Amino acid sequence: MPIPTTELPSFIAAYPEILMAVSALALLMLGVFRTKDSTTLVTWIIVVVMAVAAGLAIRGTHDFQTFNHLFVINGFTIFAKVLTLLGAGLTLLLINDWAHDEKIARFELPILVLFATLGMMLMISANDLISLYVGLELQSLSLYVLAAFHRDSQRATEAGVKYFVLGALASGLLLYGSSLVYGFAGTTNFDGLAAAVKSGPNTIGIIVGVVFVIAGLAFKVSAVPFHMWTPDVYEGAPTPITAFFSIAPKIAGLCLFLRVLVGPFAAMIEQWQQVIILISILSMAWGSIAAIAQKSIKRLMAYSSIGHVGYALIGLVVGNEEGARGLLFYLLVYLFMNVGTFAVILSMRVKGKYVEQISDLAGLSKNNPGVAMALAVLMFSMAGIPPMAGFLGKFYIFVAAVNAGFVTLAIVGLLASVVGAYYYLRLIKIMYFDEPAEAFDPPGLTTGIIMAVSSVLMLVFFIVPAPLVNGAEAAAKALFLG
Amino acid sequence: MTALSNFITHLPILSAITFLPIVGALFILMIRGDAEVVARQSRYVALWTTLFTFLLSLVIWFQFENGTANFQFEERFAWLPQYKISYHMGVDGISMLFVLLSTFLTPICILASWESIQKMVREYMIAFLVLETMMVGMFCAMDMVLFYVFFEGVLIPMFLIIGVWGGGRRVYSAFKFFLYTLTGSVLLLVALLAMYFQVGTTDIPEMMAFKFSRDIQFWLWLGMFASFAVKVPMWPVHTWLPDAHVDAPTAGSVILAGVLLKMGGYGFLRFSLPMLPDASLYFAPLVFGLSVIAVIYTSLVALVQTDMKKLIAYSSVAHMGYVTIGVFAATQQAVEGAIFQMLSHGVVSAALFLCVGVVYDRLHTRDIDRYGGLVNNMPKYAFAFMIFMLASVGLPGTAGFVGEFLVLTGTFQVSSWVALLAATGVVLGAAYMLYLYRRVVYGELTKSDVKEMLDLEPREIAILAPIIVVVMWMGIYPMSFLDVMDASVANLLKNYHDALAAKAAEIAPFGSNLLAWLR
Repeated sequence: MPIPTTELPSFIAAYPEILMAVSALALLMLGVFRTKDSTTLVTWIIVVVMAVAAGLAIRGTHDFQTFNHLFVINGFTIFAKVLTLLGAGLTLLLINDWAHDEKIARFELPILVLFATLGMMLMISANDLISLYVGLELQSLSLYVLAAFHRDSQRATEAGVKYFVLGALASGLLLYGSSLVYGFAGTTNFDGLAAAVKSGPNTIGIIVGVVFVIAGLAFKVSAVPFHMWTPDVYEGAPTPITAFFSIAPKIAGLCLFLRVLVGPFAAMIEQWQQVIILISILSMAWGSIAAIAQKSIKRLMAYSSIGHVGYALIGLVVGNEEGARGLLFYLLVYLFMNVGTFAVILSMRVKGKYVEQISDLAGLSKNNPGVAMALAVLMFSMAGIPPMAGFLGKFYIFVAAVNAGFVTLAIVGLLASVVGAYYYLRLIKIMYFDEPAEAFDPPGLTTGIIMAVSSVLMLVFFIVPAPLVNGAEAAAKALFLG
Repeated sequence: MTALSNFITHLPILSAITFLPIVGALFILMIRGDAEVVARQSRYVALWTTLFTFLLSLVIWFQFENGTANFQFEERFAWLPQYKISYHMGVDGISMLFVLLSTFLTPICILASWESIQKMVREYMIAFLVLETMMVGMFCAMDMVLFYVFFEGVLIPMFLIIGVWGGGRRVYSAFKFFLYTLTGSVLLLVALLAMYFQVGTTDIPEMMAFKFSRDIQFWLWLGMFASFAVKVPMWPVHTWLPDAHVDAPTAGSVILAGVLLKMGGYGFLRFSLPMLPDASLYFAPLVFGLSVIAVIYTSLVALVQTDMKKLIAYSSVAHMGYVTIGVFAATQQAVEGAIFQMLSHGVVSAALFLCVGVVYDRLHTRDIDRYGGLVNNMPKYAFAFMIFMLASVGLPGTAGFVGEFLVLTGTFQVSSWVALLAATGVVLGAAYMLYLYRRVVYGELTKSDVKEMLDLEPREIAILAPIIVVVMWMGIYPMSFLDVMDASVANLLKNYHDALAAKAAEIAPFGSNLLAWLR
């Protein structure tokens, strides 16, 4: 009787993920056995691990599938993973500073961030609806815990529960959509789906399935009308966790969105395009309008990120290489804008206590001109005013849209950006025009550096965008080849 | 000597002029010390930087070749290679004088703010230097995206200047200024993107050579119009201007009236007219109509103002009405007149705002009724104010006359009615300016606080004297300015009329029946 031989799958493509998973487990042990508080140590080890993982991802084999076609790497996934790791690593540094101030430094905190990031890496590389779901859930479950990490705080707990309940619902939608797709197309593999969808006929069942998948994904990137959880969770969660929420999962989520829609469902572009156009317009409009009345800067940032997701989705609507390039470049700029802004928010401390009302910024330009200038640069960038990188981000997106004939969408987007400019300007008004409120404590070293670097990068990216755009372009090419 | 001139010709001089102020701003950022020292040093660094920038900009005037319509002092570097968008700078006879206008007014603004600005002096000076970079860059940009970047970039420092150092409802005015202009600008951006996909590049000379199809021209024209009309500003989108002027600090008003309004007129000349000739002809009656309304209506509004700055702001709208008429009349005299009017309005209205600033610094009110009889205790001031007032009225021998005269002459050849109606603005202009002057400068010197006002101090004389020289020079020997623009304007109009002649039969201007009836 012949013994069935199982060939061992090739692990090399997944080295970064394996490294991260193993380190996470090892660090848990380290934290438990080390009697002293090891948050800082663990944080820095994780930052190094993430850097190494990014290095491994960049140097890894290109265009490769493994684990029975569940897992894929190519130029696109590499770019997306590096962005995600960058976002996660930078916020991790912010988290560490804060955790010590708030006296809730626990080594589990950075490890949860590492797990969430691992989930994002997996979903970016997913080549099957099953592996997509597993990656997404690993990310989501870690994020639920992170939202409620400040467990003695009522608001944080509430945010965690809210996030969990609604997140579970979205996961359910996604899973239900996947099952419909599987039922009607007969496979969950992306390549198989692409072939099945292309050869058609695409029955109503598969279309409904795709719509459910889109709904699930839209929830994860908090696009309108699936955004309701965002302001509450952003406000309730501890600030650096909010920073993390607004960056890495958004980047990973949008990259995943792009991969799913232009990968397996590319041939159905006419069907899903309408849905994304609607989501995009609603997000841009509601993100700008609802932000106007906000008093808490964290809620403001929630609506701001909803608006930015709307702009990025225009790149997805276009659905070609140019659109993907615009989206990726936008995400890159978005990453640094948000990291920088949250660094400023984290330096809003009066006598050791964190404050988060917009009015607390009053007169910052007199009390702390450096911080005010950094935030002003970031706000102008968010509003998309040249000469800041935010303008180029929007420019690349809108160029792609106009080129593909979506002129109305571009006009709506640009008008929404004027409304959006109003509330970004309001922050500047409060900092520069209003009479000073109580002065903030000087920002911590890491926070200060991150703030300064990201605001300087807004100008640098604007002056020499070519290398970054080339990177985004290579990634977009790989996406459409694969 | 040859080595020196060789060096100057090979120096990227436009970039040097554009970015020198930024270098000054970086120096100001590095100043350390207590508040007093920082403020004093910032003022000096800003003054010397802007003066040096002005001197450097004189070099391009001396080196400029008058006989040609070509772009000169060109520079080009790749910037966004995927889209063939480059950092392309250059000036021709139309834009060169605006560069000089910007560099001429900025040091004056710095001097005008010497004592009136006491809070956050460092930031103020940085804002002005950044503003100068944006203005100069905008007039030098030879790539449409680059143009747009500078065009919008101007908003940032100006927003802060009005909002931080302004008075009255400064926050409201700053927001109104910013959002009005931004709304117009984004439509310009859409038009720009649409044009880019027609031409395949955003290089301005190449876009000028491209023939856009007629149908698309109308939409593109409207997109640009939304932006430039707000900037000029044309009636009925002028309402941001009086607010912005009233609440801005003196130097802010000076730059706003002196340079920022010219961006709209310059935009029409650089983009609408040469790139979209069919649409420009089609919409010319619309522009004429709005401009005539602007000239007459805002002049009447100016007549009843009680706030000096508001009065001059409304007069700016009226004066810019001549510019838009001149541009779209599209005859040699009219277009040169429009450019000349922009330059003369640039210095004259700037000077008028400075004159308001002088008395505002002393009495801290802009209410016309609070003054009166200033000629008795401020004779030097009365003299300077009179020169600028007469220039604004358009008295022959001053700068204001040449521009208005050329515009009206040129327009008369196209439409006598438009010229006639616009000419009423000259009369109304005389009315409100003389009325203002009478109320402020003449009359009995009765009010006790006005009696105590001192005449111009040396710093103020240093600010106003160069402007008087320029105003008289422009009025007495305008050829030194007209010569510069001759070739470029002739070339612009030749291309414009050639493009129209090719399709002459097809285009009936918008409302042409109405116009025929008017004739």
